[in-house]
Order: sequence, then C-alpha cells, then structure tokens
Amino acid sequence: MDFALTPEQTSFREEVRSWLAKNLPKDWSDRMRVGSDVPRPEVYDFLRKWQRKMYEAGFMGLTWPKDYGGRGLTFMEEMILQEQIALAKAPPVLNILAIGMAGPTIIAYGTEEQKRRYPAKMLSCEEIWCQGYSEPNSGSDLASLQTRAEKVGDHYVVNGQKVWTSIAHQADWMMLLARTDTKADKHKGITYFLLDMHSPGVTVKPLKQITGDDEFSEVYFDNVKVPEANILGGLNNGWAVGMTTLMYERLALGFGLQVRLRIALDGLVDLAKRTKKNGAPATQDPNVRQKLAQLWIDTEVFKYTGARAITKLLKGELPGPEASAGKMMWVEGHQRLQELAMELQGPYAQLGRGSQWAVDGGVWQYSFLRSRANSIEGGTTEIQKNIIGERVLGLPKG
Amino acid sequence: MNFGFNEEQELLRSTARKFFDNECASVTVRKLMDGPEGMTPDLWKKMAEQGWTGLIFAEEHGGMGLGFVDLVVLMEEMGRAVVPGPFFSTVLLGGLAVREAGTDVQKKAWLPKISSGEARATLAWMEPSAEMGARGITLQATAKGAGFQLSGTKLFVHDAHTADVIVVAARTSSGRNPEDGVSLFLVPKGTPGMSVTLLPTMDQTRKLCEVGLKDVVLGAEALMGQAGSGWAPLARVIDRATVALCAEMCGGAQKVLEMTVEYAKIRQAFGRPIGSYQGVKHKAADMLVDVENSKSITYYAAWAMDEGVPEGQLAVSMAKAYVSDAYRRVSGAGIQLHGGIGFTWEHDLHLYFKRAKGSEFTFGDATWHRERVAQLVNL
Repeated sequence: MDFALTPEQTSFREEVRSWLAKNLPKDWSDRMRVGSDVPRPEVYDFLRKWQRKMYEAGFMGLTWPKDYGGRGLTFMEEMILQEQIALAKAPPVLNILAIGMAGPTIIAYGTEEQKRRYPAKMLSCEEIWCQGYSEPNSGSDLASLQTRAEKVGDHYVVNGQKVWTSIAHQADWMMLLARTDTKADKHKGITYFLLDMHSPGVTVKPLKQITGDDEFSEVYFDNVKVPEANILGGLNNGWAVGMTTLMYERLALGFGLQVRLRIALDGLVDLAKRTKKNGAPATQDPNVRQKLAQLWIDTEVFKYTGARAITKLLKGELPGPEASAGKMMWVEGHQRLQELAMELQGPYAQLGRGSQWAVDGGVWQYSFLRSRANSIEGGTTEIQKNIIGERVLGLPKG
Repeated sequence: MNFGFNEEQELLRSTARKFFDNECASVTVRKLMDGPEGMTPDLWKKMAEQGWTGLIFAEEHGGMGLGFVDLVVLMEEMGRAVVPGPFFSTVLLGGLAVREAGTDVQKKAWLPKISSGEARATLAWMEPSAEMGARGITLQATAKGAGFQLSGTKLFVHDAHTADVIVVAARTSSGRNPEDGVSLFLVPKGTPGMSVTLLPTMDQTRKLCEVGLKDVVLGAEALMGQAGSGWAPLARVIDRATVALCAEMCGGAQKVLEMTVEYAKIRQAFGRPIGSYQGVKHKAADMLVDVENSKSITYYAAWAMDEGVPEGQLAVSMAKAYVSDAYRRVSGAGIQLHGGIGFTWEHDLHLYFKRAKGSEFTFGDATWHRERVAQLVNL
C-alpha cells in the first residue's frame, strides 16, 4: 500500500498545475460562481473553447490509446489531472458523455475505421455527443425500449423517441440504442448505433427542467437513415455494448464526481464562513460544524474508495458493478451538501437569479434544484442498489 | 500509488482467517466471554506463537517489526471472529504506550515479554469524566522522595484485571495548557494501593475495569520518559489504537454483511428468498457501501500512521467518525434483516452488534471525531 507518487507522476502533476495556473481564465469562478455543479446553457460556448484548450495542451483522453487521439497513459495520471482540476476549481469538461462513455465504448467495440473516425474529435470538442438511451416508457427498465431501426438496403431507418437527453440541442452525435429485432428476447434485439444528430428527421425539443433551464431534451426520430457502418459492436449486440458504456460512465463519474464534490464542498465551506448565525460565522455553530465535517469525511472517503477501484484497474481488472456504489455515494453526499447550502441561507434560499438579495446570485438555488436529478440520471439510486444487490452480493432477482 | 495489500499481507490474512476459524469459532468466543479473563492460556500462547503479539514491535524487542498496514489485516480478521481477550489492550494500548513513551530500560524490560506473550499490559488513561482530551487526566501524581505517589480513579480500562503491567496516565503538574503536566507511569500488577474491579459490560467479549489508586507509591524508575511530557506519546498511542480498532470494526462489519447476505439467499417469505425483495436487497446494498467505505478510510489511516504524514490525525478522525457510524448501521441492519432469529442470544449477530456499540464509544465517538475533523481542517 503506497499513496506516494513516482518522480514521473510528480512532474506530471507539476505540469498540470502550472498549466492550469497560467491558462485558467481569472473571471471563470465569478462567472460560474462557486458550488455550481453543471454547465448552464449560457456558458456552453466558453466550455467548448476551454475543452479545446485542454485538448491542445494534451490533457484530454489521457488513458486513450495514442492512435486514437489519446496519450496512452494510466488511470493514475487521469486521477492526478482530475485532482488538480479540483484544486484549481477549473471548469468541467463539456463533452463529458463522449469522453466518459462514447469514446471508451467505441475504443472497446469499434471497427478500426470507427476508432479512427470518432474519438479524436470527441477530445477536441469538435463533435459533441449525447446519449440516446431513455424513452418515455423505458427508464430503469431500459431493455423495454421501443425506438425501432429497420433495415432498408444498406442502411437502417429509425423511428421513435428518446427523452431526458442531456445536451441534445448541442450534440452532433448520439449513442443510440434501438430495437432491431422485435421478436427476440428484449435484451437480445437491441443494436447500438452511432447516429448523426444532423440527419434529416431528427427533431430536438428542449425540455424545461425544474431549474427553469432546458439542459436536456426530447429527441424524435422520423424515418432517420443511419448507415449500416454506424452499428457499433454488431447487430443485436447493443445491450452488451450499452452496458459497457454504463460501466464506463460510472467509472468516469468516479473520477469526475469526486472532483465536483470537492469543488462543491469548498464552495459550501466558503459560504458557511461568510454566513452569520447568531451573530457569528455559521462555521462556529456546533450543528453546522458536525454536518460540514461529515461532508468533508464523506468526500475523502469517496476519494479513497475510488482509489481502491483505480488500483484494481491498474492491475488490469475491468470496471465492474462496484462502480454503482460510488455513484450512489456521490448522489447521497451531493444532495445532502446542497440541502445544507440551502439551510445555511435560511429564508434567503428562496430568492433566485435576478434578485439583488439572492446569495451568490442564486447559484445555490440552481444547484440545489439540479441536484434532485442526481439520483435519477445515469441509473436511479434504486437501480444502483439492485445492481449491487444482484451483481456484487449475488442476491436473487425479484 | 497502490491501494492494495501485498502478497505477504494477503498471506497473513488467510493464515489468520484459518487460525481463528479453527481456534476461535463462535462456540469458543461464547465460552471465553462468559469467563472473567476472556482468554485461555492455550489460545493466548498459540496467538503469540504466530508472532502476532509482537507484530508491530521492533525485532530488537522480539517483535516482527511490521507496520500498521500489516496490523490492519490481522485486526480485520480478529474483528471478523470477535476474538475476545487482552490482545488489543496488550499490544495496542499497554505495549504501544511502552514503545512510544518508555525509556530504553523500560522497553527492554517489557516489550520482549509482550512480544513473546509472556506478559500482558494495558493502558489506564480515561477517568470517570469520560473526557477524551488531556483535560480529562486529573489523577494526581505528587513527588514523593525520589519517586511519586498516585491517587485517583481510572475507568474503562481494558483488561486491567489480567494485565501484568498497567500504564497509568497521571497529572504531575497543572498549567494553562492541559497537555502539559501529563506523565505516564508503569504500574506492575499487585502494586500496593492499586485495586482493580471488573465491570459488567454490554459487550462481554471486551472486558473493562475500574482501576483505583490510593496512595500508590512508585519509584523514579516507574516514570516513562520526561515528567510532564506524557500527553504527546499518549495521544500517538490513542490515535494508533483507534486505527487498529477501526480495522477490527471493518472486519466485524464485513462478517455481518456476509452472514446477512447468506441468510437473505436462503430464507423464504411469500414463496421467495427474502433477498429478492428490494426492501431487503437495497438495505444489503447500503451495508456493502458502508463496509467498503469503512475499509477505504481505515486503510488510508493505517498508511498515514506508517508514513507519519502531516494529515495523520485527520485521517484517524475521519476513519473513526465514519466507521463508528457505519458499523452501528451495518450491525443494526444485520439484525433487522434476520428478523426474530437475529434478536436471539443463540445467534451470533448480537456479538457483533454489541462490539459495534462498544467500539463506537471507545477512543471517541463519531461526534467527537467530527468536531476534531472540523478543527483540523480549520472550519
């Protein structure tokens, strides 16, 4: 057991640190405000440029093979990078669905042509990706999805609807799960397609969320043509491919979420120090101290549980269902953090963007509301618990 | 970075697992906990023969010279088997106090005997105030000739009734800073004026005593290190013992999880295994998260002890706060998911549940450690 870095890793950390210090826009944290959790629509353009800059500096796709635009490094470097990003409070990666899910899945299942075509443009943010999994009648029971793709000549014709599709209105490509065999068992008739969002017949209708923003959308497919060459991982093999994506999602989340939790916690501590309670900073209130300390502990615990998972990966093991535990923990911790942020503000928590009285311009209210999605998106907490119960603990299916 | 155990450590784990399966199965645990000593000479000897009583002590003192990451592996296995007896008090309290505070002469006198299993030791630091900090040390030690005279009461002393020597924390002077003026003394069994009373405890696998000292006269050779500067080594001992306790708690929690999952697979209700119901399955998933997180932060704290990193205290407090809550939740959920059978004396769950509760209050509960975290991170 050793948490120390090698000289190479130390110099990599210094490289990242000094690059961030030099290149991070000074007004970034003011614009986004501390504690904000998710890219808001108004900063998409900024985030696109930021990711491009990170890419040009060689900090995107560290663990991806060099042939496909990556740097061929290990998860250790990725973790170091993420830690420095947190310490510097740098912006999140906009094309996260591509980097965290689509890219690794294409690298795992793609043809050589696909691997050369897509991943590099994900890293540079030239092409933004979204995820076409959930449907109005298929959420947790994803395998019941009904969007259909029928073979016509050398292409497939897609009809149906997806929903809760994050950044669909910005996306150039979609990871699409569609039914290609209606007679087969529900898990066996699904195919994974790489769908061009600019194809005729694709309609994106933004959905207004409880935050008031429309960060995600409904996506309609009306006779959308997808070339056969855009199947990933083989016909009717989409369930296995899609599940790989989800494992990578939770793995990527493991790195990214820890960073986001740390940034949010630092913001919360700062808020608590600025907030007066009974005439003194709220951090002197024993109850607040207990809650803050518990969040601090949980954030660190999350980091070390993640480090144990990385150790497994470094030994060559694949990301497994254990990643569900990390996702679940983060959700619980982050929602509790956002609740505490509201509690600290008291009646001011009610005031939102646009009010001069709103604390930090109302950003806490936004991130509080946004955090309600955390236990739903990327697999609900209930589904994560089923996965842990069945696939880690070996309990029987219901 | 490598957050895993090496081959030797994995070997230690499997050796210890087999050893306790054979030598300290639950039927033995129950016999031992019913007796006043919590141990048999035979089992003690066998544990010593494995080298475990000397695991963390230097080779020059008859030990194996291993670290806390190694110790964690053994402690997890001991917690898994809820091993009763004075191992913890001898090695992690009395022995470690001698190592951290003793003079060369004292170390030579006691550590080889502790390592070989010949002597048992403990540490008497807490008093009826149950105060965790240095302020709690009020037992008076006044100069008497070339030595000292001690009077006062120590409480919650592990295995004092079977210890050959007790390290007693006393106050030799009082100043503005309560950490100044604390001194540690070696008090051998049978010293006139010292009385030991075994207390009835909820967790019968862990024996606690009251130690009374009435005009106990000690020679200068009983003083450990410099008079008045005993708090720093005492705090180091408590931090390290806390990490070992956390590891023991992790092992116990892991076992409760396994027992519960096995039961949920076979116990039928409404024609199905209860583990197929989400009400049960989801609770089991929560238990797993608690167990895995407990291990992560405990392993990190053990590493921090071995490396002497500046954030060592923070690591200890994060671990104890987290694991105290987690083991309580896990052992409670274990009983709940077993239903009525889990509430019986016959079933082993109560051994774990009571150990969890006792451990929660040993070396500071979660609330105390959260406050220490708050202080250490400048909240």
